[in-house]
This record gives sequence, C-alpha cells and structure tokens, in this order.
Amino acid sequence: MSEKAIEKLKFSGVKKSFGAKHVLNGIDLSVAEGKSLVIIGGSGTGKSVMLKCALGILRPDSGSILVNGGETVNLGHSERDEMMRKFGMLFQGGALFDSLNIWENIAFGLVQGRKMNRKDAKEIAIEKIKAVGLKPEVAHLYPAELSGGMQKRVGLARAVATSPEIIFFDEPTTGLDPIMADVINNLIVEQVKSLGATALSITHDMASARKIADFVAMIHEGRIVWHGPVGDLDHSGNAFVDQFIHGRADGPITRRTA
Amino acid sequence: MNEQTNSILNTRFNVFLAIGHGLLVFFERTGRLVKFIARALYHCFTPPWFPSQLLRQLIDIGYYSLPVVGMTALFTGMVLALQSYTGFARFNAESAIAGVVVLSVTRELSPVLAGLMVAGRIGASIAAEIGTMRVTEQIDALTTLSVNPFKYLIAPRVIAATLMLPFLVLIGDIIGVFGGYVVSIYNLGFNSSSYLSQTWDIVETMDVVSGLYKAAAFGFIVALMGCYHGFNSGRGAQGVGAATTNAVVSSSIFILIFNYILTQVFFS
Repeated sequence: MSEKAIEKLKFSGVKKSFGAKHVLNGIDLSVAEGKSLVIIGGSGTGKSVMLKCALGILRPDSGSILVNGGETVNLGHSERDEMMRKFGMLFQGGALFDSLNIWENIAFGLVQGRKMNRKDAKEIAIEKIKAVGLKPEVAHLYPAELSGGMQKRVGLARAVATSPEIIFFDEPTTGLDPIMADVINNLIVEQVKSLGATALSITHDMASARKIADFVAMIHEGRIVWHGPVGDLDHSGNAFVDQFIHGRADGPITRRTA
Repeated sequence: MNEQTNSILNTRFNVFLAIGHGLLVFFERTGRLVKFIARALYHCFTPPWFPSQLLRQLIDIGYYSLPVVGMTALFTGMVLALQSYTGFARFNAESAIAGVVVLSVTRELSPVLAGLMVAGRIGASIAAEIGTMRVTEQIDALTTLSVNPFKYLIAPRVIAATLMLPFLVLIGDIIGVFGGYVVSIYNLGFNSSSYLSQTWDIVETMDVVSGLYKAAAFGFIVALMGCYHGFNSGRGAQGVGAATTNAVVSSSIFILIFNYILTQVFFS
C-alpha cells in the first residue's frame, strides 16, 4: 500500500477475548481510501470478530480502530449512530428482514435510519434492484420467496443503498454456486467502484478474494500474519498464505487451530 | 488421619466453591437483566419512536389476543359461579355468588389469567421472533443501518403490551362477569335483576382499577421477558427454542410473584 495513501480504516493493537479464549491478539491493519482489502483465514481465526469490532457490534478489549482518522472505540450512542451512516454491510446469510418486502428491505436504512420519505426511498430501492441485475418485479416479493443468489443481490443492494463510504462484506459468496459467486463478485467490484467506496471483506473463497481485492491480509490465531497486494499472493513467501491458498492439509496451520 | 482431614477439607471447599459459583452466576444474570430493563425503559421514553412498529404491536398484542382472553374469562366466570354455588349452597349463602364472581374476576382471575394467556401467546412469539432475528444476524443488520434495535424492536413491544393488557383485562372483566351471570340465571335459576344489583352493589372502583394496574405490570413483564430472552438467544434452532421456553416460564413466574406483591400493596 502506498505510504501516501489516506488511511480510511485503521486497526492498531486490537484485542478481543471471550472468557479465556483470545480471539484477536493485537490486530494491526489499515485500508486506504477507495481500496478493497480482503482478509483471508481459516474458520475460527477471528475474521468475523474483527469485522464486528470495526462495525461497533462488538467492543474490543483494547486497541484502537480509526475511521477517517477518528477513534471509534468507546463512542457514545449518538456518535456511534452517526458513524454507522458511513458504513454498509453485506451479511453472510443476507440478514434480510423477513417481515418486510424486498424494496422495504433495501430502503430500510433510508426510511428508518435517515427519515427519507417512502416514495423517494422506493425509487432508490428500485434503482438498486436493477443495478444488482434483478427485475423490478421482485420489489414486492418477500425474502423467503427468493433464491440464495437473489437474496445475496438484495443484501448487496441494501448495503449500497445509502451510498456508504466503507462497505463490509462477510463471506459474500458462501453457499453460492461458482457461476453465481462470480456474478456476485462482479457486482461487488462494480458497486464499490461506482460509489468510490472503501471495502473490507472476509472470505475463504480464493476466487472471490482474487476478484474483489486490491490488497489481501491473512489472519491466523488472531494476528495478521501477511499483508500485501493481491498480485503478490502467489509469491508471498509466507508459509501460512501458501498453505491456505493452495488448500493443503500439511503446513503450519493445523486442524486444531484452523 | 491427614488424608481423612484433607478429604473433609476438600469436600467443604468444593461445597463453598459451588455456592460461590452459583451466587456469581445469579448476580451476573440479575445484573444483565436489570441493565436490559434500564435500557428498555430509557428507549421507551426517548425519541426517535417508530409509530408504525408500535401500531403493529398494539394490533398484534391487543386485538389478536382478544379471542383467547375472552374465552378464558368467559369460562372462568361460568365455572366460578358453578363452583361457588356448590360450596355456598351448603351454608345457604347462595346470594353471595354474585359478589364472589365479580370480586374474584376483577381483582384476581381476569388479570392473572389474561397475563398468563398473553405470556403463552405473545411472550413466546416475541422471544421466537427476536431470537430468530438474533440468530440470522437481522439485529446486527439493524445496527449497521443506523437503527437502534432497542428503539425499533424492544420499545414498541414493551409499550404496546403495557398499554394493551389493561384493555384486554377490562374486556375480560365484563365477559367473566357475564359468564357468571349466564350460569347463575339460566342454569342455577337466580333472578336476573337481583343478581345484577348485587353485583353492582358489591363491586367498587378500586376492585377494577387494581386489576388494571396489575394488567399493566403483567403486560410489561411479558413483553420484557420475551424481548430479553429473544435478544440473548443462543445459536441455532435449539437456542431459539430455549429462549421461547424461558420467556414463557419466567414471565409466568414473575406474574405470579408480582400478583402477590401488588395484591398486598392494594388490599392490605
């Protein structure tokens, strides 16, 4: 990453434990403005916890998380709500609201979070539905009536509807067939570029990581063990990265720790 | 001898360890519940409010609970008249039936039974809905969309249940007394006008009002327990199932405890 690049999001010494289990052991990482960083790592290595700490859903035990240079750990309710307006998030399972139809789901942040009138919010929602490759007719369907791939598209539309500055993607291609996964990857790249947003994603899917990342970081046992441009991934010289990207059972990552 | 002493000391130490651990768990859970109640109350009284959510809950908790509360009150009043007659006839005190029915229904049976029925219907539903939202990350999604889950999910349910339970109990009072009247007149052969005048003479405003206060307290308990257990639901279907069961059991127990406390406050 260029030294001159503006740091949009920066983790410094972030630690988080649940009881005796230390999940994050001092995360140091930053994402430059307008860049896409993908965090890779095995299950249970702390990827999701790191994302939730950045979103303010979990509070780190220690360390600092800066957004646009401002500290976000220990913010009050109103400052936290204000900061959340900068964020968009695509959840692994979509996390669409069952009781609302598709356009209401997409417009939720606009109507409830920003008090936009429903008519204007609906127009934006329909635009976003088209932008993620769905037909406007799905606007009045409910989440349960859509396939997994369609739900991911709706989740993406909801994540970008408020034009956030930073978008988080939690395992965006999990549970999708390879073709649909590639469609979602393309949509993610397209939407992030069109908004000029900064993106932080976590994934196991190396095809997805290669497609959507400018930079990749590998997390293992709650620490960043490698960080570099996506082009360096195949010759990182890091044993953890090599084992992970090639999916080998033998290497420094054992089944106990993965 | 030393081994025996060590064994006794170990046993005693383990007993103290178990008691200490139990106390710590109790205080931790109590503290978590108190903190949740304080947050819920704070968000009930501070803007922004979500009127559409409140309206939805008022209809769901109030209007859709009417049949189950009405049926419970009707048959409770009818059975009460029958049982009272069976007992009072032994002492030639049949004329007290109207008073027993109206006082029992308004002071105790209508609020408690309505509270328990609503705990089963609404407490379980709230816990299951919010628990599922927790498990499927919908609550986290609310946070990321700049909407406070306490304001959007908890406050409307707590406000609606607290407001609608007195309304349900008032209707339950009328239906319960009507049930007793129907059995007394058409089954036991009482005179209609004298039954009604005895009912009217005995019942006082405080009898009805105390029941309505109780109902408001029970509504608050039911919604709060449903929200608390749903919000802190464990993972998966088992976690949501446990949250639902815990919501119904804890709200039922709290209703019975608070019923005693409030009765003591109102009538001692």
